Amino acid sequence: MVKEENELVNRPDNTAFTQQRLPAWQPMLSAGIIIPGFVLIGLAFIGIGVALLITSRSIQVLELDYTGEDQDSPCFRCSDPAVRNCTCTLQFSNDRLIEGPVFFYYGLSNYFQNYRRYGVSRDDGQLYGDLSYFKEPYDQCEPYRFGGGNNQPIVPCGSIANSMFNDTFRLFQNINGQRREVPLDGKGIAWWTDYNIKFRNPTVTPLRDAFNGTVKPPFWPRPAYELDTSDPANNGFINQDFLVWMRTAALPDFRKLYRRITEGDYANGLPAGNYSLDISYNYPVMSFSGRKRVVFSNVSWMGGKNEFLGIAYLVIGTLCIVMSVVMLIVYAKFKFPEEE
Amino acid sequence: MAWWNPLAQIRDALTGQRVRENDLRRLVSNLPYEGLGKKKQPNRHFPGNSIKTTKYTLLFFIPLNLFEQFHRLANIYFVGLAILNFVPVVNAFEPEVALIPICVILSLTALKDAWEDFRRYQSDKKLNNMPCFIYSRKDKQFVERRWKDARVGDFVKALCNEIVPADLLLLHTSDRNGMCHIETSNLDGETNLKERKVVPGLCVTEPDFEPESFNSVVVCEKPNSNLNYFKCYVEKPNEEKVGAGIGSLLLRGCTVRNTDHAVGFVVYAGHETKSMLNNNGTRYKRSKLERKLNVDVIFCVILLLAMCLVGALGHFFWRQALPGVPPYLVPNSNGQVDSPSLSSFYMFFSMIILLQVLIPISLYVSIELVKIGQIFFITQDIDLYDEETDSRIQCKALNITEDLGQIEYIFSDKTGTLTENKMVFRRCSIMGTEYPHKENAIRLAVIDEPESEEEVIYTQQPQSPQHGWSLDAEASSPEGTHRHHGSRQKNKFAGNAQSNVAFSSPLETEVIPDRKLLGQVSVAESTISSSSQKMDPYLDFFLALAICNTVVVSMATARRQRTHKYPSSFQSTNPLDNFSNLLTKASSLRKVFAPKRDRSFSDASFKEDDRFNPFPKVDDSGVFSSRGQTVESNGRNYEAESPDEAALVYAAKAYGFILLSRTPDSVTVRLPSGQVLVFEVLDTLTFDSNRKRMSVLVRHPITKECVLYTKGADYSIMELLGAPYAEHLSGNQKTVVADTQYHLDCYAKEGLRTLCFTKKVVSAQDYNVWSVSRQSAMAAIDGREQLIMDTAVQLETNLSLLGATGIEDRLQEGVPDTILALREAGIKVWVLTGDKLETAVNIGYACRLLEDEDLVINMSCKNKLVCTSILDSTLEEVRRYGNDPRNVDTTPDISLVIDGHTLAMLLSKDLHGRFVDLAKRCRSVLCCRVTPLQKSGMVKLIREKLKVMTLAVGDGANDVNMIQAADIGIGISGQEGMQAVMASDFAISRFKHLKKLLLVHGHWCYTRLANMIIYFFFKNLANVNLLFWYQFFCGFTATAMLDYWLLIFFNLFFTSAPPIMFGIMDRDVSAEVLLGVPELYRTGQGAGTVVHWIIMLGSVAVSFILTLLYTSCITCNSYWTLQKQLADPIFYLICIITTVVALLPRYTFHVMRNSIAPSPIVQARHLDRLDASTKEVWIKEWRGYRGAGAVKRSKLSDPPSPNNPRTPTSPDNLENEITLTSFKI
Repeated sequence: MVKEENELVNRPDNTAFTQQRLPAWQPMLSAGIIIPGFVLIGLAFIGIGVALLITSRSIQVLELDYTGEDQDSPCFRCSDPAVRNCTCTLQFSNDRLIEGPVFFYYGLSNYFQNYRRYGVSRDDGQLYGDLSYFKEPYDQCEPYRFGGGNNQPIVPCGSIANSMFNDTFRLFQNINGQRREVPLDGKGIAWWTDYNIKFRNPTVTPLRDAFNGTVKPPFWPRPAYELDTSDPANNGFINQDFLVWMRTAALPDFRKLYRRITEGDYANGLPAGNYSLDISYNYPVMSFSGRKRVVFSNVSWMGGKNEFLGIAYLVIGTLCIVMSVVMLIVYAKFKFPEEE
Repeated sequence: MAWWNPLAQIRDALTGQRVRENDLRRLVSNLPYEGLGKKKQPNRHFPGNSIKTTKYTLLFFIPLNLFEQFHRLANIYFVGLAILNFVPVVNAFEPEVALIPICVILSLTALKDAWEDFRRYQSDKKLNNMPCFIYSRKDKQFVERRWKDARVGDFVKALCNEIVPADLLLLHTSDRNGMCHIETSNLDGETNLKERKVVPGLCVTEPDFEPESFNSVVVCEKPNSNLNYFKCYVEKPNEEKVGAGIGSLLLRGCTVRNTDHAVGFVVYAGHETKSMLNNNGTRYKRSKLERKLNVDVIFCVILLLAMCLVGALGHFFWRQALPGVPPYLVPNSNGQVDSPSLSSFYMFFSMIILLQVLIPISLYVSIELVKIGQIFFITQDIDLYDEETDSRIQCKALNITEDLGQIEYIFSDKTGTLTENKMVFRRCSIMGTEYPHKENAIRLAVIDEPESEEEVIYTQQPQSPQHGWSLDAEASSPEGTHRHHGSRQKNKFAGNAQSNVAFSSPLETEVIPDRKLLGQVSVAESTISSSSQKMDPYLDFFLALAICNTVVVSMATARRQRTHKYPSSFQSTNPLDNFSNLLTKASSLRKVFAPKRDRSFSDASFKEDDRFNPFPKVDDSGVFSSRGQTVESNGRNYEAESPDEAALVYAAKAYGFILLSRTPDSVTVRLPSGQVLVFEVLDTLTFDSNRKRMSVLVRHPITKECVLYTKGADYSIMELLGAPYAEHLSGNQKTVVADTQYHLDCYAKEGLRTLCFTKKVVSAQDYNVWSVSRQSAMAAIDGREQLIMDTAVQLETNLSLLGATGIEDRLQEGVPDTILALREAGIKVWVLTGDKLETAVNIGYACRLLEDEDLVINMSCKNKLVCTSILDSTLEEVRRYGNDPRNVDTTPDISLVIDGHTLAMLLSKDLHGRFVDLAKRCRSVLCCRVTPLQKSGMVKLIREKLKVMTLAVGDGANDVNMIQAADIGIGISGQEGMQAVMASDFAISRFKHLKKLLLVHGHWCYTRLANMIIYFFFKNLANVNLLFWYQFFCGFTATAMLDYWLLIFFNLFFTSAPPIMFGIMDRDVSAEVLLGVPELYRTGQGAGTVVHWIIMLGSVAVSFILTLLYTSCITCNSYWTLQKQLADPIFYLICIITTVVALLPRYTFHVMRNSIAPSPIVQARHLDRLDASTKEVWIKEWRGYRGAGAVKRSKLSDPPSPNNPRTPTSPDNLENEITLTSFKI
């Protein structure tokens, strides 16, 4: 007995694994599964598409361009880069109530926040409030790393921070010739994680002491600790507008949340009527033939207005059904010849 | 002693170099110099016996290994990229992170190399420390040392069953004739004992060899790797020269057998020994797919450069279009904005870094892993395991597994490949009378029957032979039947388990004498005894059978084990015997999945078992006992270099002519009368492939005549015939020759191997004259072989014909089935054999290479002119035949039979084009009487002319050329030693294994690897295209919308496992269906490139669409993005729609194709879903539908789809049909 076992020392194991007999699942692309599957998918997609489209349609959007390229535009005067501290007023009317909460965005087009070297031109260490980075900013911040007369470190350094959007807006409703200011809510417009975790002010009070020995970014009118003069808590790196700007956009045409309209009489939305928007026009866009706009919009579960997805679902769903019909015809023709 | 003097050292090294490079080496004994400093040693320039097979040393491992790794172009590419990343103006990623993948790859490879090298180091150490006996002058005796201590010029003693530590010139043995037997299975796998003879005239006087008295100079050639050739002479102090050849050389790695001890002089040591020079590790072959893959990689590089160029140009135009300097444009550190052209120049390199994923860093590593996995599964396959020899398939080339799925032509040897190479004596013809040996044929037929029917046959045996065979005694009583049956089974077991002695199975050893011939022999014997002066042709014939060979007789008591089969299990009590194990390990360390050898069981128990239950052997005495003769049944074994010889000796034995012993000087034969004759062997003219015959010159003990017995192939003998056998038969001589020739032709038609036997009486005068020239030829140093052959030809003239024999070489099990399946798989099978035309054709029919309805074209012509015209006309006719539309379905397949002489003409430059044209139209080609060189020439011709994948399969040394010439060489480990196996890429033990190896594993390996590579490129292209299309939205600034960690580790960590698992484990169709429907083999072929291109271009398009979709709502800059996205329902909606969009066209296409024209693979998958019995029926029907001969090679026959049973052939199929319709929709 012993001998016989020894004779066959080289005999391979006869197991399902070594003999490659493990159970396998092999999806068969047979007509029987695919055709009904496609019909079901098609129907589901059409359903989703319709729902998306309806949702998207229910979202009201009011979009106003204020670049001021046209001569008759109220902001034409301000679009000249030579003009400083320019303000202009945009008049617009609203036919029907935009249901609240209404979101107030500013939009830029042809603005490449996704330029590779722009995107990395920041120092997350500084923005986390780490004082050691205040003295020696990250080298990717170049050329906005050191500045001022005696080459002091720039805080916050880098191109993104330097190019921060600095137009400001005030919205008024014109009621019987009177301008009634619409309260704008600037709290919580940035991502929660950005506000609470990623960005921090140095734990130095007062805040401006932390910035001793540093200079502001060259484009900025005021240093970081004076970004919001009205609310001392909204300064430094946790300034909401700053946070929104630092979250760079993926595409060259983007809109960023500016304020929300949630307070007072406007909690339910922007009623129909005439409005005027006071714009302090600071941000130059002519150098890249860009456009500036403001957007008033409400949102749904699917975010902002986006008809593309609904249409895509509808198209694909229809395509699925059409293809399954074609497949069925072909299948029937080839599988059941005219004998019966 | 200027030992420390560097100049002297250099001079010494230079001298050493010169001495080593010299064509002739002069070696002297070390003994007079023993104990002196190294500088005084005469043989100091030659390497010692310690070996080192490691590639690296501890100190230089890292630089050497890195150097080695940078031979791979991909590694240089990735290091270049990593360096590029450190250039600030172009860097796209964190440079340090970008280094990680290449470091991981390099260090993984380095680890693997280090481990392999360490294993080599260990085995070297073990070998070097094996004990051996070296003579020491101080101790005046042989003392135990280690192998590494042996040096050139030492005297080494090897005991019985010990392994020879270095190449030794044999000086003395315990045998008084100066003979020593060795077994070379460690070197070439041949298990028969080989004789080695001491160098004559050096130390014959003393019974004990005195090394110190050795004062001659050994002059030998430079070391070379030829195992069968060695040239050397010994110069005695008196300037007398004694020549010595391979016959006096004990090779390192051989085992001494049947000899108590042998003493030799070390001529080559360590790495200069022939076995080490032959040990060149695994071969590296590049597979076809890999070559294609390189093209794909180059295409990827071009694509990459194109993409980068597009990016750079795009960036340039984007910059040009900007009217001013926008705030997002980052100036360089000087505060200046780079000019558009400079910026786009930088961008080109940034793009390369960004899109580098296109060239998959882990592809080569993954492919290696996949192939290791595939080889693991191939070697694990139990169907490719042979129980008889306990051997698995061996994969020697690790990287051509997928080529197994691409074979279009198979070139096969016949003997030993298609046939068993176990020779069975079947018939003979003596003096023109044929003796058919019917009883023996009956016995063979009985043995042929399957075991289950044995009992029936034995009891049914209606009339037992009248006399002489043991079976009748046993058939008479039921007990006897039972016993016989039992012993038969035991015999079978012995045969199956590859009993320890060659040729011991009853099949080969037992021969039942022909009754008529027995009568003739006994008549002849009686006449001899009356008048002893006259010889009888019958006695001469059998004497020739018994004498004219090189068979070694060994006693069963001194039986040896087959060492190469169970080296560790049988011999681990002897530490030296681990050598074979170690040697194989050292040479095949790269084989990760080498068959493991179990060493755990106890040797002692096994040995005991062996002793008490020796392998049952056929009782040879059975034949004779009934004739009242006694033969000691202690089992005399005949060991022959070729199985034919053994078969003939056994045949002679059956008639009572028993070869008792053979020494170089004498042959002892016992006659049927019981008389023992000792023939003095005057000379042996050994076989060579030019003469195709061998002769033995003996002095007859009674008549004292010099008699030359010659045997050989009929065509080499017939032209040398001269004198008739005896005067009184002179009139008959012509008819004898004609009759014998007729019988030979008949034998050949039956597929038997034929040999002719002749006798010649050489007069004493002639012998003396010849002997002188022979002696001078033997002593010659230059051109000795040629001279020896010339002398042989001188003597072999004027022969008188005795008779001829027919030996059957039995077809291996499963050969016809395998050939049929291979042919159905679209593979053309060619057989190249050295046999006679008739034999070859017969075997061709037997193994279904040729079919009865085939049109067989026989080409055999004498001169080139005829040959050309025959070729032209045949080609013309075949062309006309093939082009005739009426013949499309009715044309019988064309087979070509060519003989070697014609082939030589056809292979010439001006004809080979036409020949290939003709051969490619033939279904099978059979070439006979071809030389090894022609075999390889044929393979090369077809491979180059037709640009097809070729496979050569063979078992013997004559197939080595062919095996090496083909894309895939397969060696069959059989009776003929290991040369073919050593040269091969895969070694199998039976021809039938080829079927599963090609049809299943070949198909799997190919589809797996091809799909895996497609998969690999697809995922990379999809990923890269995503990045690329995004460039259109970011001003071509090489922004990655994904985190760079994701990009850098994309290939290495994130996506490497699925393709690897796919490549190892995927099973598109089950093995049963692949075996059942060989046509599926072809479906894997040829599709590769087209699919590759479609996939590549398709992925570009698909990724474009996907990017368009994504742009509607994606954000970048990674922190918390993922979480945000995951909380957004839109994300899921997009995921769903993307999947559907991507799969919709593919699914539609598949459904359409499956409905309109289902591919065989899909049908086979449908088959796979059925339960086993239904599947079988369907496979049968599929094959039946296709028909036996009607299949055309041009297109795949249309099988009845399981979905659409068109031809219900029998009522019982109806049921299957109902089952089948259940999955019809």
